[in-house]
Amino acid sequence: MTAALAHARSVAATVTDPELPMLTLADLGVLRDVALEDERVVATITPTYSGCPAMASMRDDLVRVLRRSGFADVEVKVSLDPAWSSDWISARGRAALAEAGISPPGPAPRRDGPVPLTLLPVRRALTCPRCGSSEVDLTSEFGATSCKALYSCRSCREPFEHVKEI
Amino acid sequence: MNHHVNDYDADHESVYDGLLGGDASQWAFGTDFEDPLAGMDTSVPAGLDAAELADLCLRLGDDALVYSHRLAEWCSNAPDLEEDIALANIALDLLGQARLLLARAAAASPGLVPVLPEGSPVPVEDRLAFFRDDHDFRNVRFVEPENGDFAVTITRLLLFATHRLAVLERLRAHPDAVLAAIAAKGVKEVAYHRDYGGRWFVTLAQGTDESRRRLLAALETVFPLYDELLATGVADVRDEVEVVVDQVLAVAGVERPDVKPIGGARHTEALSRMLAEMQVVARAHPLGVW
Repeated sequence: MTAALAHARSVAATVTDPELPMLTLADLGVLRDVALEDERVVATITPTYSGCPAMASMRDDLVRVLRRSGFADVEVKVSLDPAWSSDWISARGRAALAEAGISPPGPAPRRDGPVPLTLLPVRRALTCPRCGSSEVDLTSEFGATSCKALYSCRSCREPFEHVKEI
Repeated sequence: MNHHVNDYDADHESVYDGLLGGDASQWAFGTDFEDPLAGMDTSVPAGLDAAELADLCLRLGDDALVYSHRLAEWCSNAPDLEEDIALANIALDLLGQARLLLARAAAASPGLVPVLPEGSPVPVEDRLAFFRDDHDFRNVRFVEPENGDFAVTITRLLLFATHRLAVLERLRAHPDAVLAAIAAKGVKEVAYHRDYGGRWFVTLAQGTDESRRRLLAALETVFPLYDELLATGVADVRDEVEVVVDQVLAVAGVERPDVKPIGGARHTEALSRMLAEMQVVARAHPLGVW
């Protein structure tokens, strides 16, 4: 790896997610690749969900930060395959989520065949990111952003968000 | 007499002035649109017919677009905040799928895309969404009717998501890598939609007398177009869908309604009315820059 490529990668790795600013795009697993084609930096990102409204912000943030670091020519590409998985959130990212009061995801289901129907409430072994209690209730599988479910804690009575496993 | 609208400080003509300029990325709508398939290889693989691929993407995309718009009408109207957010999330997932699919259709067959005046900034997927007339939409009628009450919405969502999940599961193996990737991503999302619909279906069926009464009435409303969904869907997934639907009906303790399928027209009047509202602003400003 050239020094320029290493520099571009380290700069791109500092860009944070617009909706989860405690996480970098790299820690979220959204930044898939940073390459150097001659003078041009080519960064590849993938949406967490198909309707992710933050893709334009992520692109603009990457372009701005890389330009500020002296890379005049920056291109941001989209990748859809393989589809983003919550398993790609790094250990550092998980720690940052928990620190910010957001419960990090468990292992994502791995399936090749049909997705089995689940009519019972989703059960996850997780603890309240504020007080550590495991006495938590699922409020809704859909939270303020596509990637999060909503929980409440029976011990400290606080609501909290949980990043869904996909 | 003081007119409030004229009562401003000349140095601060608008409360938004301080927000203008600077970094455009702070704006939700930005100053330009990103291509949702930016940098991807959208050439049509050898052995595939570009027009057929585009039509397939258009059908899947239009189903998602129209249904997304319907579900979004629940925004601020749902029975409680959690369901409001859930339905909006589902609508957002489908809108994202629609955007990718319409962009894929346009890349495969550029002739499909409505022509706008020179200099129009409207991207191809928005041209397809906002500048086609009702008769050019390729969606099934199943997604067109108004939402009705929550029971009708849940029943329609359960059937739609069960069917779409089965279709997307098949399309993960499609020879077009772009469509296969969109499908694989969609599977993860629509699995959540189906299970949400299924859980609420059972809850309504086994809740109060009133919720069960409404659910039974909803079946009579929704099922007449179900057969068309299965028959004209983009892949024959009838068996997979029926297994799941029967399972939910059994758990809910509800009989399949004895209703006749509605034949006839390709679209309902409900689609025309929806599109009139959805498209009016974009059509009034084909050169508009946000």
